[in-house]
Parts: sequence; C-alpha cells; structure tokens
Amino acid sequence: MEQQEEDRDQWGSRIGFILAAIGSAVGLGNIWRFPYMAYENGGGAFLIPYFFALLTAGVPLLILEMGLGHKMRGSAPLSFRKIKEKYETIGWWAVLITFIVTVYYSVVISWAVNFMFLAINQGWGSQPDSFFFKDFLQMTQFWQIGSIRVNVLAGLAAVWGLNYIILYNGIKSGIEKAAKVFMPILAVLVILITVRGITLPGALNGMNQFLQPDFSVLMNPSVWVSAYGQVFFTLSLGFGIMIAYASYLPKKSDVVNNAFITTFANSGFSFLAGIGVFGILGYMAQVQDVPFNEVVSDGMGLAFVAFPQAINLLPGFKGVFGVLFFLCLVISGLSSTMSLIEAFSSSIMDKFQLTRKQAISSVCGVGFLASTIYATGMGLVVLDVVDQWMNNYNLVVIGFVECLLLGYFWDLDEIKTHVNQVSDFKIGSWWKVAIKYVTALVLAISLVSKLQGELTSLYNGYPLSAILTLGWGMTFGLIIIAYFMSRVKWNQEIEADTDKLKEDI
Amino acid sequence: MSIGAWIMLIFGSTTLLGGLSICLSIALKKQ
Repeated sequence: MEQQEEDRDQWGSRIGFILAAIGSAVGLGNIWRFPYMAYENGGGAFLIPYFFALLTAGVPLLILEMGLGHKMRGSAPLSFRKIKEKYETIGWWAVLITFIVTVYYSVVISWAVNFMFLAINQGWGSQPDSFFFKDFLQMTQFWQIGSIRVNVLAGLAAVWGLNYIILYNGIKSGIEKAAKVFMPILAVLVILITVRGITLPGALNGMNQFLQPDFSVLMNPSVWVSAYGQVFFTLSLGFGIMIAYASYLPKKSDVVNNAFITTFANSGFSFLAGIGVFGILGYMAQVQDVPFNEVVSDGMGLAFVAFPQAINLLPGFKGVFGVLFFLCLVISGLSSTMSLIEAFSSSIMDKFQLTRKQAISSVCGVGFLASTIYATGMGLVVLDVVDQWMNNYNLVVIGFVECLLLGYFWDLDEIKTHVNQVSDFKIGSWWKVAIKYVTALVLAISLVSKLQGELTSLYNGYPLSAILTLGWGMTFGLIIIAYFMSRVKWNQEIEADTDKLKEDI
Repeated sequence: MSIGAWIMLIFGSTTLLGGLSICLSIALKKQ
C-alpha cells in the first residue's frame, strides 16, 4: 500500500489542485446555461434556490466525491471497489460517461476554435444563423450522414492534441501547470467581456432581465428542481472527476475547504459571466429595437448565433471582442476536457496497470476517431440526443445511486471522520442529512419528471430509431460494458490492498 | 435597472465573493 502511495502521481501544491478543480467545474455551461436558467426561473430570485442547492447538495456531494477519492486513493472504479466489490460497476459507468461526454464536448470546443478565427473579420457574415447551420455545419437530419467538415476535424485534432500533450505530462507537470496558465487567463477574459458588456448602451436593461427578482417563483417546485439540477451539472458531479483528482492529493490535504473554494469560485464565474452575457444581449435588443425575449437564448444558439450577431453590431473592436469571447469558450472547455479524460484514463491505468503514456495515447487516439462522427453533417443532431441522455439520465442516476449506496448501504461516517481529520473546518451531521435525504430526493424527482416528458413525446421530434439507439441503447450499452469491466480481474497487489482496507473499515 | 435587480446583484456578489474570501483566508492562515 505504501509503495502504491509513493508510485501514485501527486499535485505539487494546494493551489494547483484547487485551480484544476475549478477548471474542471467551470465549463461552457457557466457561460451559456446558468444566465438563461436564472432568466427563465425568476431572475434574481433564482439565486435563493440556487444558493440553497449549493449548500445542501452541491458542496455535500463535492465533499463526498473528494473525500472518497482522497481516502481510497484511486479512480472512481477502484474507490468504489474498495467499499464493496459489487460497487465497482458504478465507478465504471461514471467514467464511461466521461468518455462519451468528452467525445462530443471536444467537438463543441472545435467549433469555438473555428469561430475564434472567424471572429477576426466576422467570417460568419450578416446572417450568423444561416451561416452556422447551413454553411459551417452543413447540417443534415438523422441517418443522412453528410460529409466530414474538414475545418471541424482540424479543430478536433487541435483539441485532442493539446489534451494529449497536457495529460501525457502527468498531474504536476501537465494538468497542474496547464490549470495555472488557463485559470488566470480565463478570469481576465471573463472580466474583460463583462466590462465591455456592461459599458454598452442598453446593457442595464439586459442585466435587469437577468437579475430582476420574481419572488413568486419560489413557490414553484420546478424552479427548485431546476436549481438543484444546475448545481449538480455545474460542479461536474457524478463523473468521478473529483474522485480521481482528490486521489492525487497528498495524505494530509484539506478536503472540506477545498470543496467550498471550488464551489464559490465556480458560481462566481457563472454570476460574472451572466452579467456580461446579458449586458451584451441588452445592447443587441436596443440596437435592433426588439423586445429582449427575441434576442435571448442559451446553449449553442447563444454562443454560435446570438453572440456573432451581437459582435456584428458592436461599435468597435469587433474582431478583438469576438476572439476574446471564443477564446474564453475554448479555455473553459479545455480545462474541463482534461479533467474528463483524466477521470477515464486514471481508471484504466488503475485497472490494467498501464503506464500514463499507454493510457493517454489510447484514450486520446480512440476519442479523436470517435469524435469524427460529430464532424459530419449529422453531428449536431447526434450530439443533441447523446447529450440529453448522458446529462439527464445517466449522470442523474449515477448521482442518485451514489447517494443511495454510500448513504444507506455503507457508513458515511467513514468519509466524515476521514475528511474531518484532514480539513480546516469540520462537517457535522448536516452533511449526512444532505446526502441521504436532500440530494437523493431531489435527484429522484428530477429523474422522474424528465422521464415523464420523455415517455409522452419523442425528444425534439427525432425519429424513434435515434432515441432507441443513441439514447436508451447507448445507456444500456454503457451499463453492460461497465459490468463486464468490473468483472475483469485486478492484479494481486490491488486485490490484497482492497481486502486489507475492508478489514480496516 | 430596478431596485430589486440592484439588490439581487449586491446579494449575489457579496455572497459569492464573501464566501470565497472567508474560505481563502482560512486556507492561507493554515499555510
């Protein structure tokens, strides 16, 4: 066990770990999901359920995942196995999801890389809507695969290549160094974008739309479920990322305070980005003389259609602002993909005793090849279905099962005692209540409500064949692969360590 | 911007910045 500890890669500093954890949590969703979510759910009033959800579900689950990885000193499959052999399947399911998500997430970053270059002279023209779907993606519908978009493929090669270089160099010399470069740049970029946004005419109207509170929504249960959902996704929970990252912390490292710092920094980024994004949308509404609800959007529509439109309307420095905005998307995406790839790679390194070089080369190689499906004309619709199922079903079930297994079929005090021994401040019984009752219940409600919608109509009107294969088919496929992965024998050293740990517990 | 929006702007910023500052100061003291 001691030898294994010495062999395991480690973070060089506490700040390095925190920056990498923030980088993992901060992603495209902070920029394009949170502000719209607030706008749709009571504006500023949404902050109340959001903060409540952060403290009752986000931070507790983050402490659970970080505490689990730190105590067990392994990736998600190994950590779950050390609790109970049968639980290893859950760990594999979680990290297989990270792989699937990385494969399509890297495509979105590739689009952002392309748009960063297009932004120099607003290469999307005067009709960004038509440009994005028809010219750039050459979008087709289901089962009409279309041709591979060479520019998207080039962006993909850059994204996977950069991830390969970072991860190949390990934790201290790779991920930590990259996080120390990426995160300060990202902070400066979002401040610049926000300052530019709020100094434009009409920006105050946009900010008003984002923040004007409608407290009546607090009586609406769906707003609370949305707040919990947003918190769950924004902290990258359920992927096993924080389990892997915390497993590289030295033995006497804080867990609780690190979880709080990560949470506050991540939400602070979302809040700041929301002000900037809505400021710019407010400007756009004023210049076009249209109601605000006609310019507001979220997700890809916001980034690749609404923002290019807004950039076209800027009074000056359009190219500079456009490049900065898409660079912000690229960096926030890259800091997340490197954590996603690490969560999966560390699992196969643990299980198959592969070297980092072997694991990273295989994962990045296969990942790049798999991503090419999203570089075809059919890529966007495939991405839409896979993303819907990975986020709303697979990850939510993982989170729910995690709370259930660890909360009801194991003693959470194991983690509580461990994190209290190493942390700046201690967690009390509230933490167990939050995991066992609050988080588990809200995730179950969220799952049931999503399923109800799914069973009454086909998602986005897509053909049943697509829903059955890319949605449910992929979901059950991952569970089966996870089960078989857990059946593969570990080497004897790990088996012995697991047995010893169980005796200790 | 309405008074309500300003209040929520101050509420959101102080909660997040305040929370982050407290946690960071505790972490720095330990070092």
